[in-house]
Amino acid sequence: MNARRPMKLMIVDDSNIMRRRIERSQQFEDLQLVGTAGNGVEAIELFKRTDPDVVTMDLTMPRMDGIECISHLVALKPEVRILVVSALADKATAVEAMEKGANGFLNKPFTDRQLNEAIAELMR
Amino acid sequence: MLHEQELKTFVEGTTNFFEVAAQQPASIGSPYLLEGTPQVHEYTGVINISGKREGVVFFTAPKAMLTVLLMKMQENDFSHETMRDLVGEVANTISGNARRDFGREFVISVPSVLSGEKPEIPHKPGLRSFIIPINWRSHSAKLVVSLT
Repeated sequence: MNARRPMKLMIVDDSNIMRRRIERSQQFEDLQLVGTAGNGVEAIELFKRTDPDVVTMDLTMPRMDGIECISHLVALKPEVRILVVSALADKATAVEAMEKGANGFLNKPFTDRQLNEAIAELMR
Repeated sequence: MLHEQELKTFVEGTTNFFEVAAQQPASIGSPYLLEGTPQVHEYTGVINISGKREGVVFFTAPKAMLTVLLMKMQENDFSHETMRDLVGEVANTISGNARRDFGREFVISVPSVLSGEKPEIPHKPGLRSFIIPINWRSHSAKLVVSLT
């Protein structure tokens, strides 16, 4: 019987604290961190090199914001699962992110439990 | 004149960060009004507001408070950059709350971070600021709302 290959995770956030927080808090054995990026431009480069299956995406970032970055990632790999993790709590922003191809939305700040529930939902 | 509900949105944005990220709620001290630019602590996260209201909202905190907050968040990097990062995240939460509650009537900037005890904080002459003490554990920070 074939063992299921671990899914690859990429974390995108301009805050070092948030990147480390997500890395530390996610509790999935079958989710392997392949890299982190601090803005949309870095994220696209890293995405091309590492081909992640799951991405957590901040929205407000320098150089390229999360909304634009989502469009690029979805164009590169339509089946990628993207969880937006952002303090932008308004409905219009969430709808815009979903329309670009995001699969979930988690508001900052978040608890470990909220993060893991959101990732579990994404990996289903 | 600033409405109570508007002030509440900024306060809740701030206290929500402590309650969720550190799993320990902050309490609010007695708010007061101040003429001129208020004194700040070592680290300050600022959001600029325009549209229906004009001015700034900022969260300013001492290094000691941010250090304990980072510890509660299981963080083990207490560098200057991490402190800046943290006040930026608090300001980011305040900004997100305001966008949710006020919609497009308010144009809210991406937060900027200032450090040092005498940073240049934009202030309109003659405008009074609401100062809301934010108490958490044995530490005290300030939320400053300075809007037309």
